[in-house]
Amino acid sequence: MEIEKALIALSTECPDLGLKRADRHGMPEITVSLESFPQVMKTLRALGFDMLSDVVGIDRMPRPVRFDVIYLLMAMEDFSRLAVKVEVAQDREVPSVSGIWNSANWGEREVFDLLGIGFSGHPDLRRILMWENFEGHPLRKDFPLEGKDFDKPFDTETIKDYF
Amino acid sequence: MTDLLIIPIIKMLVIFGVCLFFVAYTTWIERKALGHFQLRYGPMRVGYHGLLQPLADAVKNFFKEEVVPDNADRAVFLMAPVISISFAVMLLAVIPFGPAMTIFGKRIDLYLANPSIGILFILGLATIGSYGTILGGWSSGNKYGYMGGLRASAMIISYELSLAFAVLSIIMVTGSFSLVDMVAAQQHFWDWNIFREPVAFLVFMISGIAELNRTPFDMPEAESELCCGYNIEYSSMKFSLFFLAEYTHLFVFASLVTTLFLGGWHGPVLPGLVWFFVKTFAVIFVCIWIRATIPRLRYDKVMKLEWKFLLPVALANVIATGVVVALLG
Amino acid sequence: MSESKTVTLNMGPHHPATHGVLRVVLELDGETIVNATPVIGYLHRGIEKICESRTYQQILPLTDRLDYSAASANNLGYCVAVEKLLGIEVPKRAQYLRVIMAEFARIMGHHLWLGTHALDIGAMTVIFYAFRDREMIMAMNEEIAGYRLTPSFIRIGGVAYEATDDFIAKVRKFVAWFPKALEGYHQLLTDNKIWTTRTMNIGKISAEEAINHGLTGPSLRGSGVAYDVRKAFPYSSYGDFDFKIPIGENGDVYDRYLVRMEEFKQSIAIIAQAIENLPSGPVMTDNPLVASPSQPEVQTDISALIRRFMVNAKGTPVPSGELYSAVEGAKGELGFYLVGDGSEQPYRLKIRSSCFYLASALPRLLVGHMVADAIAIIGSLDVVLGEIDR
Repeated sequence: MEIEKALIALSTECPDLGLKRADRHGMPEITVSLESFPQVMKTLRALGFDMLSDVVGIDRMPRPVRFDVIYLLMAMEDFSRLAVKVEVAQDREVPSVSGIWNSANWGEREVFDLLGIGFSGHPDLRRILMWENFEGHPLRKDFPLEGKDFDKPFDTETIKDYF
Repeated sequence: MTDLLIIPIIKMLVIFGVCLFFVAYTTWIERKALGHFQLRYGPMRVGYHGLLQPLADAVKNFFKEEVVPDNADRAVFLMAPVISISFAVMLLAVIPFGPAMTIFGKRIDLYLANPSIGILFILGLATIGSYGTILGGWSSGNKYGYMGGLRASAMIISYELSLAFAVLSIIMVTGSFSLVDMVAAQQHFWDWNIFREPVAFLVFMISGIAELNRTPFDMPEAESELCCGYNIEYSSMKFSLFFLAEYTHLFVFASLVTTLFLGGWHGPVLPGLVWFFVKTFAVIFVCIWIRATIPRLRYDKVMKLEWKFLLPVALANVIATGVVVALLG
Repeated sequence: MSESKTVTLNMGPHHPATHGVLRVVLELDGETIVNATPVIGYLHRGIEKICESRTYQQILPLTDRLDYSAASANNLGYCVAVEKLLGIEVPKRAQYLRVIMAEFARIMGHHLWLGTHALDIGAMTVIFYAFRDREMIMAMNEEIAGYRLTPSFIRIGGVAYEATDDFIAKVRKFVAWFPKALEGYHQLLTDNKIWTTRTMNIGKISAEEAINHGLTGPSLRGSGVAYDVRKAFPYSSYGDFDFKIPIGENGDVYDRYLVRMEEFKQSIAIIAQAIENLPSGPVMTDNPLVASPSQPEVQTDISALIRRFMVNAKGTPVPSGELYSAVEGAKGELGFYLVGDGSEQPYRLKIRSSCFYLASALPRLLVGHMVADAIAIIGSLDVVLGEIDR
């Protein structure tokens, strides 16, 4: 699919998306505002981006709007990729797209778990790689590399299970 | 006095001793044969080519810690392997191993008992023995064990039917329930029941392997699905009793195939006893071969195979045998 | 009246058929699965966090530990991503050697899959035949890289060593021999009636659903989608080779099996082409920021000594920028989202794990099947927990 055509179609569908464009070494990337994000994603799905490859969360710590969430989309028709970036402040939530792509279910759970970014409307927002009552979010830049309790013995009694 | 008490006791000790020795070495043969099927050697370290491995395993299991899970039904849990092994060993009593011998001027029959209902005795006790499996799986307080036990009960009840029908056609051909009479009726190579009743032989082999819970019908102890199923919580001697019972059943099954279909101890040149064990171990080897080659069937397909295929075939075979026997007088 | 009640069966994390430490909580009605919840994280080592404090070269051995059954393919994916950000070109000979290693890794991964998948379904002999051949590849890995399972042979800017004549001879021998072994696997399984009844129409997933769940690799191709990163976005000279993308029709366990069996053949064809057309030349780029100077140079030239020290101890500064680069791992699209900030350590390295999304499709695939099928389905997706948990 012609990315240019898709973007033109996108801007006619959602006129107030505040589009910023960048080229990431061959892969086009668009930055959209949090408000227009659900509409953009729905439109992109309708335009043929039928696979959500991955959800990437990045902590840009000193920045006031702290997090980047990047959705890597691909159109299986001609294998063209598109990255959609939203910038999220620490107290904001990203509207979940797991209703559009099933793969967003676990992708967003991982970002929630490791970076602590909330996703509104997610059907099953639980921790996925860390255990349920783990404190903190390991991939945030202010989380110490050696862990918060590296000098304490691992206490199996306090680990809470999902079931 | 000697005839009534001492000779039977000696015979009992000898037969059980020899048979349990063979059963132990069946495990060695299985491991060795599987190993060579799978491009490896099997046991090699204990003794020459691992010949002492069964002994080493027994010693190891004997000294291991007895573990009874907290949520197990203790009494049943401990009883299950005992049921399993005792009924398995009892089966050995009626199997005719060879022709009568004369030792110190006395005629000695190479079987412990020759009840006129020998084959029914075996079918009955083998089914009771499966209670060990069922109770063991149920009492471990483990869901895998429980599912293994459930599968075992369903499968053993089902396959018992076709097994019995396969045997029934042999009984009709022989005209007797006694295993000794059955062997006597297959004196010549062309009299062997495998040629007279090939369908019954196939049905007996398939349902027998299913009764033994061996691949491709090892539902109750499917390693990959139920992680060993009914004996998942068993350890040390309790486990080895289950293990031993399983191999005793295999041994008895193989000797039954020999007795019912392959002419028992009859054979040229070699003594009858040797022929019996050669045939028995050939059958055991076929079972091992099947295990090394074939994937496992799914539980519901196993049931379908029994009720929709094996049982009708066995029934039809019984009817056909009946008609032929009646017509030939 | 009787009321139907379900049983919760906790399968894993130490269940023999969940291939590592995957845990699936099954809700059973009899033996039929009504609900399945995968629980992961038992092998979570925080590789992405560790990467943020390691130099780019130090990260390389960590990538071996992602999909440890096909380690070289992970190395390749990571190196391609870093090289793109650095903007360096890798010599042609190194690219071909990389292709050979990556395809060997794919064959190794598929060997592990074949053996364990067959073992799960009850055919216990296949694993030994598969591992006999896997052992040969391991011996070649040892020959060229010094390590058997985790070679770390592919380095940023090229490959670690020149290929020895012995290695090339061994590869040629293996290429000539392997089709016979493959025939043996087929004989054991492909037309076996029990195997086909166990695998056909089990775990079916349509192409649209597979795409929607983020499935990639052989599991997606089993559903009939010809998506292969090697063809769609050629990297490391994959465009030079002539190979096919096998696809299935029904998207069931059997089709995924057939696709992987065909991939064995295609991989060996790629290796044969690469080893026959192996170009001559250097195996490492001459970019001074990346390449460590050669031993004679170091012993005669002080500046080379300093440069070696800088490359090895301080690392390679990588320009700031973001990119996503994907390769075809043994399990599917293995992507690296790399954020560089001009320093010697990445600002953020997100690993797009194919197995993570394969595992996320498990609830969809398992529901409605029996416990015995659950094993077959998990086996057919070929998940490796090192890559799921990272």
